[in-house]
Amino acid sequence: MAEMAAHGAHPEGFAHQFEDMEQQREADSLGMWVFLVTEIMFFGGLFATYIIYRSLYLPSFEIGSRLLNVKFGAANTAVLIGSSLTMALAIHAAQAGKKKSEQVMYLVLTMILGAAFLFLKFNFEWRADYAEHLIPGFGFIIRPEWGGAGSHVPMFFCFYFFMTGLHALHMIIGFGILSVLTVMASRGRFNSEYYAPLEVSGLYWHFVDIVWIFLFPLLYLIGGRYVMGGH
Amino acid sequence: MSAHIVPVKTYAAIFIALLVLTALTTAVAFVDLGPLNTVVALTIAVIKMLLVILFFMHVKYSSGLTRIVIIAGFFFLAILVSLTLADEFTRGWTPNPGAWSMIAPFLRDLF
Repeated sequence: MAEMAAHGAHPEGFAHQFEDMEQQREADSLGMWVFLVTEIMFFGGLFATYIIYRSLYLPSFEIGSRLLNVKFGAANTAVLIGSSLTMALAIHAAQAGKKKSEQVMYLVLTMILGAAFLFLKFNFEWRADYAEHLIPGFGFIIRPEWGGAGSHVPMFFCFYFFMTGLHALHMIIGFGILSVLTVMASRGRFNSEYYAPLEVSGLYWHFVDIVWIFLFPLLYLIGGRYVMGGH
Repeated sequence: MSAHIVPVKTYAAIFIALLVLTALTTAVAFVDLGPLNTVVALTIAVIKMLLVILFFMHVKYSSGLTRIVIIAGFFFLAILVSLTLADEFTRGWTPNPGAWSMIAPFLRDLF
């Protein structure tokens, strides 16, 4: 790599403070991971609080969990996993030196899947929750059939809307990042040597996917769903 | 020497594994396993997370330095969760203080 560090011979996107592209790539992903560690702690506080209140008011949280639509939850998990695949393939296209149109195609597919996730979440799930009076602060109605556990069902839904809302906010930010990447890719900015923006944005996108991988079982699945059968 | 390129075949296999695990965890939720339901759901979630981190996020091919940062991150998460839970669940012996107005009656006018 020594000849690559010589001035004038370096590839596009190579920053002078690095020895070579290899070192630059490592610094790029290391820096992104440091940011993602702060994100782990950011969501971690919410997860820790959820665990505590779930154990304190377990019957209420189980009632709340069973009111969520597991079909949309599972479908959205699949959609998000699909978007992670297309994101990985967009990076692969740049790494393997494929045409820019292939990078753009995979980035656009990732955006479509991300938008599909948000559409299912907002237009079907949240809208139904509103119609069923399950949004605290927006006419929440405690149903008589919940019995004594009813008073803490709104708390479950506070967690549900904060956690999925914060996750959705991350997806919306990711959508913005992907639009910028699509423009960059269409201008041919990425090649097999330089694709750092794709790589670090991919790390972010996959991280948001992982958050959902935990939100799905915690919110939708472990509330004793077998009690009521299918929803 | 360029970065390790993961073959498309590997990505496809990971994608299918993640979909199968999603279907599995959803199906298991409808079977009464008692406390094991939570254990199974979270175990599958951890496996899915590891697949995403190792392959989609390329950590399987990353440097030791990056791995140490990631492991340190999860270590701090473990401290956050375990110490918070330890405090919360061993607090029964501490009397719950009342409202501010009961501790300091002169504050009553302020609140």
